[in-house]
Amino acid sequence: MRYRQARWEAGEGILEPTIFELGKIGEGGVVVAKPDNRIIEETGKLEDILPKKLVRENISIPGLTEPEVARHFNHLTQMNFGVDSGPYWLGSCTMKYTPKLVMRLASYHELRELHPYSPEELTQGILRVLYELQNMLSIITGLTHFTLQPAAGAHGELVGALIMRKRFLDLSERRDEMLIPDSAHGSNFASATMAGFKIVRIPPSDEGTIDLSALRAAINEKTAGMMVTNPNTLGIFENNILEAADMLHNNGSYLYYDGANLNAIMGWLRLSDMGVDLAHFNMHKTFSAPHGGGGPGAGAVGVTNELKDYLPVPIIVKEENRYKLSYEVPKSIGKVRMFYGNVGVLVKAWSYLKLLGSEGVRTSSGIAVLNANYARKRLMDIGFEVPYGKNRPCKHEFVLSLSNFRREYGIKALDFAKALIDRGYHPPTIYFPPIVHEAFMMEPTESDSLREIDGYIDAMREIKESAKEKPDEVLNAPRNAAITRINDALANKKLWLTWKIYKESKEREN
Amino acid sequence: MIVMSSLGLIPNASNLYLGKMLNYLGILDLEDLYSDVPKDLILKKPPSIGVPICQSGLESLYEDLLSTYNVKLIFTGGGIADHYIPSIVDELVSKQEFYTSYTPYQPEISQGILQALFEYQSLMAELLGMDVANSSLYDYGSALGEAGRFAIRVTKRKKFLIASNTHPERKNILRTYVEPLDVKISEVEYEKESGMISLDKLSSSINDSVGMVYLEVPNFFGVVEEAVEEVSEISHSKGALLVVGVDPFLMGVMKPPGELGADVAIGEGQLLGGYMNFGGPSLGIFAIKKRFRQIRQIPGRIIGLTKTLDGKYRGYTMALQTREQHIRREEATSNITTNTSLMAIRAAIYLSLLGPNGIRKVAEKILYNTAYLKRKIKSLPCFDVLFTSSPMFKEIPVISNRPWTIINGHLLDRKILGGFHVASIFPEVDINGLALFSTTEKHSKEDLDLLLNALREMCL
Repeated sequence: MRYRQARWEAGEGILEPTIFELGKIGEGGVVVAKPDNRIIEETGKLEDILPKKLVRENISIPGLTEPEVARHFNHLTQMNFGVDSGPYWLGSCTMKYTPKLVMRLASYHELRELHPYSPEELTQGILRVLYELQNMLSIITGLTHFTLQPAAGAHGELVGALIMRKRFLDLSERRDEMLIPDSAHGSNFASATMAGFKIVRIPPSDEGTIDLSALRAAINEKTAGMMVTNPNTLGIFENNILEAADMLHNNGSYLYYDGANLNAIMGWLRLSDMGVDLAHFNMHKTFSAPHGGGGPGAGAVGVTNELKDYLPVPIIVKEENRYKLSYEVPKSIGKVRMFYGNVGVLVKAWSYLKLLGSEGVRTSSGIAVLNANYARKRLMDIGFEVPYGKNRPCKHEFVLSLSNFRREYGIKALDFAKALIDRGYHPPTIYFPPIVHEAFMMEPTESDSLREIDGYIDAMREIKESAKEKPDEVLNAPRNAAITRINDALANKKLWLTWKIYKESKEREN
Repeated sequence: MIVMSSLGLIPNASNLYLGKMLNYLGILDLEDLYSDVPKDLILKKPPSIGVPICQSGLESLYEDLLSTYNVKLIFTGGGIADHYIPSIVDELVSKQEFYTSYTPYQPEISQGILQALFEYQSLMAELLGMDVANSSLYDYGSALGEAGRFAIRVTKRKKFLIASNTHPERKNILRTYVEPLDVKISEVEYEKESGMISLDKLSSSINDSVGMVYLEVPNFFGVVEEAVEEVSEISHSKGALLVVGVDPFLMGVMKPPGELGADVAIGEGQLLGGYMNFGGPSLGIFAIKKRFRQIRQIPGRIIGLTKTLDGKYRGYTMALQTREQHIRREEATSNITTNTSLMAIRAAIYLSLLGPNGIRKVAEKILYNTAYLKRKIKSLPCFDVLFTSSPMFKEIPVISNRPWTIINGHLLDRKILGGFHVASIFPEVDINGLALFSTTEKHSKEDLDLLLNALREMCL
């Protein structure tokens, strides 16, 4: 595959001008509504209703006309790569295709205009949708009670960690240590810290899974729980999970499950059977809601019966065929955001699950895992190194180490990634997990066809050959993206974080 | 094994590819790919969430479900209101290159998202009169939670003073966010006459162990706080940070927090080009005054302008990533990863279109509509408006002796969504019979008069 991204070039060294250059700062703009003179006659002038000392004089932003806005942002979209553009194997992010019907349903007028403090008789429909989503998540995971309030996965982790904290405060047990495997997502460490825990890292075994003896050594009377991703970030199923769960439970500690990798096992096994006590799920990963260029997503947190009284308020309940928002959660950790969650995103997850049905859920995960195993074997067959777990099936993702390229040809994982861009493939997650040198964390999803997977592998082979024969091609990639290699260090040095800061810095230089 | 090729979403589930792939792997069945999982864990059959519904069937089901919401005019307040969204906003954010992409870890093929977010940061900083805005947090409430944690990092102090007229949900969220840090939060009462924060009470409660003073403009009652500058002086005299929460629409007419002495400005940006959606997706605004040390304490993603390695082109990338969880882990300034980028892009498109003139007119219309509605409701015999002599923006605190369920039911018969009866959710707000009404640029005089007539009928 060859790919050329659009490259708009407005002038020397500038691709698309910023809106601050397209318009004049402090001037212009489309008036979409204006005050009614009949009302002004009754109320008096502005100074009569807002003290003069508070009235604003200048707003230093530009205003464009509608065609200018349309072309500017269209130019920007053309210099961006999405899931509908091509394979997007960003490991642990589950970049699956979003069915367009779910987008349409989320854009219904009746949802868009729905005020969160509407009376319950008007919101029975949306409450039923949310209630059904909780139910389906419960059936899939085996956890019994849910909140849909968290706005993202990490937000869900915070909720989970706060629930554990509150639970032990109630039990008057001083447990302030959270166990986290070294290979876990960075947000686990940050979320547990925000909830007041000290982090105890569990090193992996040689196989890349949880080292049970290290776990045994780490567990003590201060252990609140362990946060686990399963399959882990190496794409390996933690097959000691039951033993780990037993060790934790025997100590009165909880097992938290990071649902970022749920797309590997959905419909095949249930978290409750694995001994999971609480978990979060990413609607924008597993359940097809789009990632929005970085968000909005939606998290959902599920817990066992034992922990249900700690969920954030309100919870959605059904009483005598009526759905309602209940604030009666006796030991609730409180709220973590306004209202009830990113409902527009949750509706997409609901519609996705309705479209899939029971078999579809299992098939999605099964094919995601098939695609990953197929891609991994093909890559191993042409000489790529899989440092962990190569003698067992991987799950929905796998991690290559490109350290031999670095050693032999001076080609880093970063260079390899950039060369993929020129071939029309979004690079995988790189340099993660940190336990793998020059890591290439690849996650095809069930949305990729065999043809596209083979294309990806061909591109990998080509780059491998280039690395050996014409390394400059790889080191100078990308050439076909909108822009050549970006200077990240300069961004951190200059801190040009807004247009104004940049302009002022330029003026000082001149 | 049953494989549903009919779903139309999973290319390799079709017989065309499946056999070939299994064959290559030397296995017979998808189940063989789970051979590493303890046998007892594998479900014999998938959990039963129901049979798949076809696209047309799902759409009719959904249409039916949502049809219970049938209103023409929305006057409900409580922190969110019905604004007008120019159609170009919807058009542009429905481009797949924006909405199906993710965090721009690879800047070279993500210049579009990066530049749009950089423009959002630049616009938002200007609108709020601040120096630096991040590229979004989850919402207004969690932005307050993060602001509290930011204040602790910067001042190393663990006492907060918050105005008691802060939205109750945000108070709750702030408590949740800082509870593990053992923070003491005290409330500063508001003046019963004006609804504004009491400067006397603030002065007498503040001391040099207070790390953050928090005030909202407008406050929960819709009252525009007039003394932000004085609050700033009092806060700074004791070394506390002043965090001000704003409705960004008000910034079209009112001096922004950055000009009034705020150190941090937060707010809800959802309605700058976004819909109510039963409360979310939302857009957490977070902006600060530039002090170099504090920039490194900002939570969340920040986009920076930069150049290409060869120095030839201007480009954009994620800056200051070493503050973030994927690098810094437990030392990170926040755990936030996925944020609300697409909502930030909505806001950027909305603000570039409206510009200074458009945003000013929208703000003025809201201000006039609020003043009109306030005055007219006040004149009705069976309703009263609190804090009438204070300036108000968008929201109006209305008091009635009659049950709000009856009043709102009467309005609903006319397809009007009425006031938000505060006690129905927040019994802690101790004002009998209080409901919050809202009005926006979407309402014409005729709309407001329809509401007023319907309310007047309640007084007969």
